[in-house]
Amino acid sequence: MTEYSFLGKSLPRLDAAGKLTGKAQYVADLNIPGMLHGVILRSPYAHARIRRLDVSKACALPGVVAVITAADIPASAGRAIMAEDKVLYGSHPVAAVAAVTREIAEAALGCIEVEYEPLPVVSDGVEAMKPDAPLLHPNLYTESMTGKASTPSNIANFTEFRRGDVEAGFAQAAVVREDTYRTQMIHHGYLEPQACVAQVDSGGKVTIWASVQGAFTFREQLGASLGLPLSRIRVVPMEVGGGFGGKNGMLLGPLCVLLAQKAGRPVRMVMTREEDLRMARPAPPTTITVKLGATREGLLTAAEVTMVYEAGAFASPLPPSGFVTGLSPYCLPNVKVNGYVVVVNKPPVGALRAPGAPQAAFAVECQMDQMAEALGMDPLQFRFKNIVTQGDRALNDLTYARIGFQEVLEKVAQHPNWVRPLEGKYRGRGLACGMWFGGVGSSAATLNINADGTFALLVGSVDLTGTRTIFVQIVAEELGVSPDEVSVVMGDTDTAPYADIAAGSRTTRQMGAAVQQACHDAKAELIRRGAASLGVAEGEVEYRDRRVQMKGHPEKFVSLRDLARASISTAAGPIVGRGASTRPSPAPSLAAHVVDVEVDPETGKVTVLSYTAVQDVGFAINPTMVEGQIQGAVAMGAGWALSEDYIFEDGILQNASLMDYHQPTAADLPMIDTAIVEVPSDNPYGVRGVGEPPIVPSLAAIANAIHKATGVRMSKLPMTSEAVWRAIRAQAKG
Amino acid sequence: MKIPLHITVNGQPREILVEPTRTLLETIRVDLGLTGSKEGCGKGNCGACTVLLNGMAVNSCLVLAVEAEGQEVLTIEGLSQGNRLHPLQQAFLDQGAVQCGFCTPGVLLLAKSLLDTNPHPSEQEIRTAIAGNLCRCTGYDKIVRAIVAASKQKVAP
Repeated sequence: MTEYSFLGKSLPRLDAAGKLTGKAQYVADLNIPGMLHGVILRSPYAHARIRRLDVSKACALPGVVAVITAADIPASAGRAIMAEDKVLYGSHPVAAVAAVTREIAEAALGCIEVEYEPLPVVSDGVEAMKPDAPLLHPNLYTESMTGKASTPSNIANFTEFRRGDVEAGFAQAAVVREDTYRTQMIHHGYLEPQACVAQVDSGGKVTIWASVQGAFTFREQLGASLGLPLSRIRVVPMEVGGGFGGKNGMLLGPLCVLLAQKAGRPVRMVMTREEDLRMARPAPPTTITVKLGATREGLLTAAEVTMVYEAGAFASPLPPSGFVTGLSPYCLPNVKVNGYVVVVNKPPVGALRAPGAPQAAFAVECQMDQMAEALGMDPLQFRFKNIVTQGDRALNDLTYARIGFQEVLEKVAQHPNWVRPLEGKYRGRGLACGMWFGGVGSSAATLNINADGTFALLVGSVDLTGTRTIFVQIVAEELGVSPDEVSVVMGDTDTAPYADIAAGSRTTRQMGAAVQQACHDAKAELIRRGAASLGVAEGEVEYRDRRVQMKGHPEKFVSLRDLARASISTAAGPIVGRGASTRPSPAPSLAAHVVDVEVDPETGKVTVLSYTAVQDVGFAINPTMVEGQIQGAVAMGAGWALSEDYIFEDGILQNASLMDYHQPTAADLPMIDTAIVEVPSDNPYGVRGVGEPPIVPSLAAIANAIHKATGVRMSKLPMTSEAVWRAIRAQAKG
Repeated sequence: MKIPLHITVNGQPREILVEPTRTLLETIRVDLGLTGSKEGCGKGNCGACTVLLNGMAVNSCLVLAVEAEGQEVLTIEGLSQGNRLHPLQQAFLDQGAVQCGFCTPGVLLLAKSLLDTNPHPSEQEIRTAIAGNLCRCTGYDKIVRAIVAASKQKVAP
């Protein structure tokens, strides 16, 4: 393995100092003179026709500067952000107000008169598919590979996948099991609520400061939504207080810009926690039926999966990748998948950390354990027998290049937390796997060489997971300088070259590749100029230790500093390294989790005793940051598995506070052990995506542990104390 | 009608007029411009707004500014000595306990109040103490390790 000076080392995060001292700037910390406060009027019904909407009293309230309704919003913005004739989910925005204080803006909301005609609420995905279910959208026709349906329904999309002959596959099986699993809606749980500030200058140019994962992606969506060319929008990304897929800016962005345009003054919009819980774009609830068949020897022969994804009130723009990721860790000759995306009267769903994959893995990995049990086989051995390796095909027909799935299972097999016996009544150890392909896209980077031979890197990606630090490590490594000699700026959309959204576990792989190229480009220019300065051919020199030197004659050199100084005073001009990465190959990664739980049979309470997360990360550029990502994902998964839930009544959320929506606290969790496996991918430095894979197995790992501890199979999330207690009681009654 | 308020913030005596409905968090962030204290929920459920009031950790979103009359407030801006980080801040940096940073100021002040009263807490005592401070990024592992590390370093001068 290559020996590096700065890669593979846990440099402290460059952004930590500002965050530790309160100096880091988030959107809500901005204060622009003349800034107004924008608030949203939300529907109290999950499904209702708007009979009458009168904002005149609100407009007349002193201190109110602008009021907008659907009439002010171009159709291109869609109706998810503002209802037109019908509200389709509880808290669907109906109007928005900008006023000189938040108090006045809120008072103005109370003056808006709305008459609603309540309509029947459809709140369950499976119910919504029935032919007699009330329709949310009269013009929604199911789209599928074979075209569009002829009659409207609540099924927005139908995806099917076929490989081999499932009937024949099940006929070969000695054991076949079919069960149905359900997962709930969950929130991203970022601690910083959604926020943005918009300002429109006298020429109509929009500047928007936002908590977004992708400044450029947000700019494109905002431009398309409001009909503005991209040159008229400048997005300034601020520090992001947690994203996890939920910060794309579009919840508030268009409304904030429209209010600022109408008011002619800057407008700030910051959601309350309650609004964020009610209005954000949570993870889709699912109902998944999995049928698996295997031979007596434990080889899978066939899989049949039906997945119903609740998209909320509007068809999800994201194809649910769970269709693919759930089964892709295993060799399966015969597969049939039917996937339905269904609309219901709930908040529209969105991307949340490995979108769709944890739900699918919950069903598939629980079923893998059920199969292992039916076969009388160790669950790890059963997975070993079926795990994919290089040359196998994933469900999306990707042929796996070098992958570390097998190595991850080997690491589990040797791990002390798997090997040591677990003793005690009502204790159990669960295992589950989960895979993720990782997103691809395009990004560019610019590396300027300063006049003194130090470096200034400019990128347009947003730093969510410590990527600034990663990029400095890359520049220091490639140019052989100290990280102190490299500055990095994450610019805005007017200053930085294009960067794709920081999502899909892609930023280190993709922007990292662009940064590496920019380094190579700068180095090539240094070599050209160094050779010219030494009066020799380029092939005769090399770049080393801040010098361009003659190969074999290191005493003949020109220093980086001299080349840098000359660059600003000679005709050659400043040295700028440019890099652009286009669609790096996917770098599939497997995570496997081992969790020990103890269940109190009297209360059903599940205590996580120990948690071990094994993951192939390709190469850990900064191991401490990799561990931190994994540990955070595990905690999020534990909340999803055990406590977090959206509780609806007539489509209205009943637990819209962090008191009633229980995210794991420090007291709910143990230390989280990580074991990093490094099987290099063909991305630069061999890296694979890190942030998303570790949430994928967590739901099933905990469910499998509870099963081992109690004998009950929890097929519905969350596995709250009450739910586990009821299941134990039901089992005792037989 | 605004009410005069006399408080000492990070060692500086301050005299300002505040609305009686103003929370201490709003006063700190808006009236005093100290935006290091964060609002994550406004209901006392997340701990992001934690400050020390006469040395005691409070959710500043649940305290009215006028209730702090005559008291001493320590916010995140007052934790370091100039450019020298407080041992807790240094431990958070060294242990990689900072990710998105939104919970960080509140957790640091909570941890300071813990170590001030219990200089060598056990892991469980730390977990119980910071249970009111939500973090979504770290899974708490490195935060707990950082507090343990700081407790071991903190030797009386």
